[in-house]
Amino acid sequence: MTTVTLSRQTGATLWRNIALPLLAILAALLVGALMLALSGFDVAAAYGALWSGIFGNARNIGEALLRATPLILVGAGIAIAFRCGIWNIGAEGQFYMGAAAGAFVGLQAGALSPWLAIPTALLAGALCGGLWAAIAGWLKVRLGLNEVVTTIMLNYIAIGIVGYLVTGPMQEASRYNPQTDEIAAGMVLPRLLPGMRVHAGFLLALLLPVLASILLFRTPWGFALRAVGYNPVAAQHAGIRVNRQYVLAISLSGALAGVAGAVEVLGVIGRLYENISPGYGFTGIAVSLLAANHPIGVIFSGLLFGALTTGAELMQLTAQIPSSMTFILQGLIIAFLVSFRALQGRVWPRG
Amino acid sequence: MTEQTPRLRLAGISKHFGAVQANNDIALEVAPGEIHCLLGENGAGKSTLMNILYGLVRPDAGAIFLDGKPATIRSPHQAIELGIGMVHQHFMLVPTLTVAENVILATRPLLSLRRLGESVIRDRRAIERQVGEVAQRYGLKIDPAARVSALSVGEQQRVEIVKALYRGVKLLILDEPTAVLTPQETSDLFKTLRDFTAAGLSIILITHKLHEVMAISDRVTVLRDGKVVGRRVTRQTDTHELAELMVGRDVRLTVEKRAAQPGAPALVVEALTVLGAHGRRLLDQLSLQVAAGEVLGVAGVDGNGQRELALAITGILRPDSGSITVEGKALTGAMPRQIADASVRHIPEDRQQMGLILDFSAADNFVLKQFSRLPFTRRGLLQPATILAHAQRLIRAFDVRTPSPALPVANLSGGNQQKVVLGREIDSNPRVLVAAQPTRGLDVGATEYVHKALIAQRDAGAAILLISTELEEVLALSDRIVVLYEGRIVGEVPGDRANTQKIGLMMAGVQAALQPVERWGTNTNEA
Repeated sequence: MTTVTLSRQTGATLWRNIALPLLAILAALLVGALMLALSGFDVAAAYGALWSGIFGNARNIGEALLRATPLILVGAGIAIAFRCGIWNIGAEGQFYMGAAAGAFVGLQAGALSPWLAIPTALLAGALCGGLWAAIAGWLKVRLGLNEVVTTIMLNYIAIGIVGYLVTGPMQEASRYNPQTDEIAAGMVLPRLLPGMRVHAGFLLALLLPVLASILLFRTPWGFALRAVGYNPVAAQHAGIRVNRQYVLAISLSGALAGVAGAVEVLGVIGRLYENISPGYGFTGIAVSLLAANHPIGVIFSGLLFGALTTGAELMQLTAQIPSSMTFILQGLIIAFLVSFRALQGRVWPRG
Repeated sequence: MTEQTPRLRLAGISKHFGAVQANNDIALEVAPGEIHCLLGENGAGKSTLMNILYGLVRPDAGAIFLDGKPATIRSPHQAIELGIGMVHQHFMLVPTLTVAENVILATRPLLSLRRLGESVIRDRRAIERQVGEVAQRYGLKIDPAARVSALSVGEQQRVEIVKALYRGVKLLILDEPTAVLTPQETSDLFKTLRDFTAAGLSIILITHKLHEVMAISDRVTVLRDGKVVGRRVTRQTDTHELAELMVGRDVRLTVEKRAAQPGAPALVVEALTVLGAHGRRLLDQLSLQVAAGEVLGVAGVDGNGQRELALAITGILRPDSGSITVEGKALTGAMPRQIADASVRHIPEDRQQMGLILDFSAADNFVLKQFSRLPFTRRGLLQPATILAHAQRLIRAFDVRTPSPALPVANLSGGNQQKVVLGREIDSNPRVLVAAQPTRGLDVGATEYVHKALIAQRDAGAAILLISTELEEVLALSDRIVVLYEGRIVGEVPGDRANTQKIGLMMAGVQAALQPVERWGTNTNEA
């Protein structure tokens, strides 16, 4: 992972990045089973429902892909920031800004050809998310403010701005609900397969992490970004402009979260309303961590978390288990993963 | 003085770290009311000895007697209970608390909530009064209610001293107390210390500045290579004798080299000034020249501006005034990348922090300054095969012992890490090479390798600025030697062992003491 110029990974790194997450998932499921049993639920029925919620039929699989889409996009962005040593806790706010921009273009550009309008909307989402994140980057390098604090604060502001937009200037014509009108039909992202809601945005969720990965590991810019992430002092000594890397990395991170927001509006919801994200920006952090901050790995961890969400919904319907079980499982996975990595670090100081 | 029971007596103290004998059969006596200086170069064993006394390090052998009674000191806590206080060079204060809070910290059990409430909330005024009384009794000017973060360095040092006094110490150890002080603050401190001894307190002062030894101490013990090499009554000695004791040595290090053939000046530094906090001059109107094909050694005790000199030349630190010219090209205030492009290379003093990305492979570290250029990047993409080939060539050329160029350099030994830095910096045949502490922490073999490589660069026509606190290294490698003291060049001598004693005197600031110059900014005394 770290020795980038060579794609060959040592056994220890492979072990660390693939086996440990799988072990963590297993351990989380075991502890989850224990919790279900202690709460008096039928574990077999519950996990059976979870399983069929994910793989039961083609529609469910499509639904898992749909849920995974924003998580993958957000997670890939957070991974980029992490690689530069930045904690972007503001993906949630960047997602909102991207959603607002996507909705704005979606509402205004309906007359244009979709081939022009849809990319414009996505780019607007990327731009707004990126600029929103750039504020935190700028505050970090100019005033030395910790990005964890500023990105969290910017989340509240972004959510507030969307709240204002959907009750004010962008509110639907009937002025009844705190939401915008539906975007033009031509702006809706095409569905990939008949009978499934999964849309073209999922292709983007496959493509962008690959591009991010190339950027990080195959370009000089990614090299500089990772050098700063590991050791900003040595990077500075080597002539790398550390502050510029910080701002670029968090902006790119925000741009991916912004795209996720625009994709969610154009592909699933069709309009902007308050509380449009069920915490994608925060779950994205876990998605990135589970993938050891590797954009390609984020595709898989995003799929897992997406699948857990759909699976848990069926679990709720058929086994009457609260869907908050998803969050418990996600939390357990991350807790186990972090502990396993720490333990492995003791056994093998430098994997 | 000799008839009294000594406040402190150390007998036969020895301590080794690995193969290094840091303290070797050391004996030391300090009388009540005495100021005793412990003099020695970096690495002479002063700090180890004091850490043993303060319970931070356990000796291998030897005994400690306090007021005639044998004592075993296992922790600083115990040292304090026995009446030993220590003021470290780096203060141990909580900046967000007040002076009084810092002083009483750790004197009361914090685990008792009731006592905590009493001490911190209800008794705040009483504590401030108590601390104020202690400070006043010893003539220390300090506001007990002031927040430590708002205090100057000199005032913070006073807080450290009050902390020790409040706990009723009888023996106070000060580790290089003047290193961070302005001359005014230094003379205030010395006046205070004399007041203390009048009250019966004993003081051990660790220093390497000879004029301070002469100014303040009653007796002095000189350490060299972990051994006591001399004990003197201050009044009966002089700086020359002390300097000789401090640096006089057997020749341990020789590097084969032929006479230098210096060419035109390659690196010219003029009137370089770097200001630190409170207007302290870290570099003060410093000028030097290094010709192509020569090694200019910069000798000096650590912390006299070495770091700032290297960083200013390489563009990491922006000088406040002065100029830097390389082969006629003005480079003052240029970006690090531009300076590197002017063929100025740098072996930084801390290879792990400044020189290497430890999580990166050797291959990536080799291209750390060139990765975005041809041939390592083509059409915007890194070229792994080229980077790898480059690494393999350098690994062979510089004899880096690593199982694979893809292994993170964190896994390499210190010597091999330094060879990676060396390979990166000198492979391109630099015009100017700034080598800061190039062999710090390396074993004999690696040290020899680095020295040979530096001389080879010199012979190839590079101008080499060797900044090292190892006098032995400077003597062995340099064609000319300048001595850095408090940010200024205080003297220059040919690179010849005949001048060792002279260098020692200059390193210890004797020259500086003879020429009192207004060296400090006007705003040094603002609080």
